Amino acid sequence: MTDISYPLYLDLAAGLFLLTAVGVLWRHQLSAMIRLFALQGVALAAIVAILGVHQYSLELILVAGGLGVLRAGVLPYLAWRALGDSPAEARETRPVVNVAASLLAAAALTLLAYAVTRPLVALAPSPATAILPAAVAVVLIGFFTLVTRRRALSQVVGFLLLDNGITATAFLATAGVPLIVELGVSFDLLLVVLVLQVLTTRLRTAFGSSDLDELRELHD
Amino acid sequence: MTTALLLAPIGLPVAAALVYAAVGWRPRTSAWAGVVSTALLAGNALGLAATVTRHGPVHTAGGLIRADALSAWMLLGIAAVALLACWASPSYLAAGHTSARQARRYGVLLHLFIAAMATAVLAGNLGILWVAVEATTIVTAFLVGHERSRTALEAAWKYVVICSAAIAIAFLGLILLYYAAQHAGLSAEQALDWATLAAHAHQLDPAVTRIAVGLAVLGFGAKAGLVPLHAWLPDAHSQAPAPVSALMSGVLLPVALYAVLRIKTIADPALGAGYLRTLLMILALATLALAAVLLIGQRDFKRMLAYSSMEHMGLIALAAAIGTRLAIAALLLHMAGHGLAKTVAFLSSGHILHRHNSSQITDVRALATRMPLLAGLFGLAIVALLGFPPAALFASELGIARAGADAGLSWATAAAFAFVVVAFAAITAHTGRMLLGPPTGTASNEVSDPPAALARSAAPPLIAGLLGVAALGVALGPVAGLLHAAATIVGAP
Repeated sequence: MTDISYPLYLDLAAGLFLLTAVGVLWRHQLSAMIRLFALQGVALAAIVAILGVHQYSLELILVAGGLGVLRAGVLPYLAWRALGDSPAEARETRPVVNVAASLLAAAALTLLAYAVTRPLVALAPSPATAILPAAVAVVLIGFFTLVTRRRALSQVVGFLLLDNGITATAFLATAGVPLIVELGVSFDLLLVVLVLQVLTTRLRTAFGSSDLDELRELHD
Repeated sequence: MTTALLLAPIGLPVAAALVYAAVGWRPRTSAWAGVVSTALLAGNALGLAATVTRHGPVHTAGGLIRADALSAWMLLGIAAVALLACWASPSYLAAGHTSARQARRYGVLLHLFIAAMATAVLAGNLGILWVAVEATTIVTAFLVGHERSRTALEAAWKYVVICSAAIAIAFLGLILLYYAAQHAGLSAEQALDWATLAAHAHQLDPAVTRIAVGLAVLGFGAKAGLVPLHAWLPDAHSQAPAPVSALMSGVLLPVALYAVLRIKTIADPALGAGYLRTLLMILALATLALAAVLLIGQRDFKRMLAYSSMEHMGLIALAAAIGTRLAIAALLLHMAGHGLAKTVAFLSSGHILHRHNSSQITDVRALATRMPLLAGLFGLAIVALLGFPPAALFASELGIARAGADAGLSWATAAAFAFVVVAFAAITAHTGRMLLGPPTGTASNEVSDPPAALARSAAPPLIAGLLGVAALGVALGPVAGLLHAAATIVGAP
């Protein structure tokens, strides 16, 4: 990879990374949301792989492979299994904020991300830190998905988007935090998703659906 | 020797968890393994406290595990509450008609939970601290959903989703802190080590550190029940089994605030005291206001205790915002006193719940005449929580108020204590209604036990907890040196 094409590839992968997050807000069908999330996992792995090739770091390329397996393979598979018997019919029926407003919010959040990350880019300007705003935008969009969707599974996808954004920030800003922390984080993420999957299954047996509108028994 | 003292607090609970995984929960034998393990943990914590008071901070495993006076103080609190919770567990499970499989899982998860909290306070690296705090969320999710009822599942779901998202935000904060540290010339191993970070704090880029600290405090603050991501707390604390509620409220919330204190030791030299003071003051006042308002109309006594925890965490955040040495000493004393008193309150509320099959305040009447021992223990725990002497909370609240006035924050402190007074009135009214009142009326769904039926094995841990909170309020004795050393680590002179 030449030095001229490196920022180009990086920008391309970051663009795909951000676009898939917006796509999750746009689609109603849960199965489509999971497919978009898997695609985002590929984009994340690509970002890390491009960084690895640029820095001639075999370690980063291997980590990229691992990330790809986890984020584009294992996690989407687990989410898919939580969909249950009729994956094609599961839809996000009545989000708190409708799709048009969600997309506008995504645009606003992206602008916000560019505004708040200016000190981060200014500290060490480089092609990698230049796309930090995209990663932070994915964090914000993930959080937005988490709070505005009613289906249990859409909330899980929102949480996973948030986490992808944080992982991307970690690699872009620091070329990866210490290995022991990274291992702990990946392990924790996997466990959280497993916990959420068990709970989704139990929620479905207890409430008959995983629509969180049913979760109204505890309130003040 | 120090290595053993530092590693045993993590190893002992893990060993107890393995025992439960291997032999299950047997009422007469293995049920007490947890008590033995946590009693050893308490002894271990005392040993560690003596070591750090005498020789200063100690570390092992290349600095990944580190203890100073603050860690030792937190570990003492964890050990004390864990001991009470494990001591009370056999009688709680016996009263709840738990299946053998559920009891085994309870034993395993409870001790993994204790191990995760011990790891959090002994971690020398903010990354490990983060992993341990996240692990507590995962382990306790299943403990909250232990009863498998619809409400328990709902609480567990909210708990995992909100806390994982919040803690992920804290992780983003840590990543940015690491980024700032790397550009300040720290190596990869040192860049999340809190001792090194605090020593090199003035070299960190202020703009990046400001974002990092803000995110980390919001994230860990959510795990401590501070506004704005507090919605999980009343649900989780009211639905979990009583010993788990006691641990979650009595020590897990302080452990999350411990993370905030560690970040404060880095943020203050890097950004000046004003930034974190403003942030924490806003969080503290908002939390206190919300808890006080929601306490007024509360109809469920376990939720009442949960909101009371939020109120106390708000006070602790206020003390952290004030940040002088007196404020931090009061904060640490408040953590310990609240931990013990809230443990007794939750454990006795668990017995009340079992006897009435309801956690509604209106379903509990004239407890003082029908179950005098239980009513007395619950009442005394509430009195301690309200801050009457000789409870430690009296001294600590006085200390916080005094420190606030000294630091020139009289108005904010006065506002905070106004909310505390509202909460005081609400809790007094609700508790009075439960303990007193005419004995007739709503006896419909009550389990027909003899009136004084609090099993004899259930009372000792509650009495021990009350004695502990009173003793702490009267004299600190041998731990005074430890408290002073711990307050010096965080507090501004």
